[in-house]
Amino acid sequence: MNSLPADRRRRKYFLSNVYFLFLAVPVIIFLVFVAYMVFYLFRNGINVISWEFITRPPERGMTAGGILPCIVGTLYVTLVSLIFSIPIGVFAAIYLAEYAPNNLLTRMIRSAVRSLAGIPSIVYGLFGVALFVRGVHLGLSVLASGLTLGLMNLPWIIATAEEALSSIPGSFREGALAVGATKWEAIRHNVLPFAFPGILTGILLALARTMGETAPILFTGVTYFTRELPRSPLQKFMALPYHLFALATQHDQLMKARPIAFGTAAVLLILVLMFDGVAFLLRMRIATANKWQV
Amino acid sequence: MEKGRIEIQQLNLWFGTNHVLRDISLSIPARSVTAIMGPSGCGKSTLLRCINRMNDLISDTRITGRILIDGRDIFSPETDVIELRKRVGMVFQKPNPFPKSIFENIAFGIRIHRLAHGRELKERVERALRQANLWEEVKDRLHDNAFSLSGGQQQRLCLARCLAVEPEIILLDEPASALDPHSTARLEELIIQLKNEYTIVIVTHNMQQAARVSDYCAFVMLGELVEFNRTEKVFTNPNDRRTEDFLGGKFG
Repeated sequence: MNSLPADRRRRKYFLSNVYFLFLAVPVIIFLVFVAYMVFYLFRNGINVISWEFITRPPERGMTAGGILPCIVGTLYVTLVSLIFSIPIGVFAAIYLAEYAPNNLLTRMIRSAVRSLAGIPSIVYGLFGVALFVRGVHLGLSVLASGLTLGLMNLPWIIATAEEALSSIPGSFREGALAVGATKWEAIRHNVLPFAFPGILTGILLALARTMGETAPILFTGVTYFTRELPRSPLQKFMALPYHLFALATQHDQLMKARPIAFGTAAVLLILVLMFDGVAFLLRMRIATANKWQV
Repeated sequence: MEKGRIEIQQLNLWFGTNHVLRDISLSIPARSVTAIMGPSGCGKSTLLRCINRMNDLISDTRITGRILIDGRDIFSPETDVIELRKRVGMVFQKPNPFPKSIFENIAFGIRIHRLAHGRELKERVERALRQANLWEEVKDRLHDNAFSLSGGQQQRLCLARCLAVEPEIILLDEPASALDPHSTARLEELIIQLKNEYTIVIVTHNMQQAARVSDYCAFVMLGELVEFNRTEKVFTNPNDRRTEDFLGGKFG
């Protein structure tokens, strides 16, 4: 057992601990930053948040009142973007993962999707102006912003859904085909249900990102102030991230608007965390039903 | 002609430029067990997967020659691949149950072919599980996940899944290679039971297994059919030197 001399053994264990520290320290640094950020936001924002704050429009030049139009606006554009990007994204992913032949064109499409996911959101914003605001005359509106955000989401949803589909073992498909299922039946019954948690995670992460994006909505429909909630998808709207930006940097009485800015940031963060939480819970429930993963 | 007979005529198969099966002609009798044995990589699994056209899934495959089942060419354009795979069931090397309940695993094929529903569906599931000698072990937990079964049980479940759509022919691709000796013995017993009703083709690299379960035995090497005969004949008095060497353990 004690083939190594005592000093060599001590050295081995010492080194092992050093490596552990090397790997643990970055995690700890990262956690400290995130925890501090969340703590700082909530400490400054939590006093502002009240029932009135989330159910009333802004008042007195946005130094008082609530942020209801921003919450509604953000949820509205996010909804529009997902209605657009979920079906297209998931179908495209099914095509790429299950049907597309493995040739140069497919590989090019696949890498194009990956590159599109990395394009800065401001570029999507400008593209949205050209295509949706001007091109198809949607004007500055919820619809134009939602579609722009949807376009930005699309590569994310395609990439994560394709990943989820490819992670399902080929034997599930073979087993179904061998009893005489058609390709679609095999996918429908023995691939999609098991890829669902992965697809859902991609969608919810895209959703969380969409809610926080400012650049794509900046030129396509968001507005500094409107008292009314958007009734039709062709109206302008207020949104949380833009409201935060405006209050923090554009307001003429910055100090007076500051508490509301913190409150807005906290609400945005809570919304995002809520959806992440839902994603987490859904995954847990589905993963325990799909035993093959463990 | 007797139902369930498989006639392979001058079959050649290429994956890309790789000539995997060379001019194979073989006549597999109905209601018997035919073993295809040979060293690994000889093309025996590929040959098996021609019979239910599972090779269709691999791109860049080229096939010449014919396979007749009940006198009809399975490669002809009139052949419905779905119908073919319903008649020619397959069990794979690694048990591949679906990650669903035991019941749903069996019901899947019955449902997609709309063979039964309601009470009759339940009866058919039970019948398939009984045929696979699995009913007694799982009857109280039909709604448990199939992954909770042991490897041997999973493989019998896969066999039941294939029996549930009432095939005429069953293809077994090294079905015992992932199983322990006890489960293997149970599976072999089952194969022998089933041959009265089905044409069974089993691929194996285990020659003792071929000797134990099969009536006819084909020996394939480097994509060529070296020998095909009654199993006793192949094992006691092979025609070809290469078969003798293989059985004698000179390579494998």
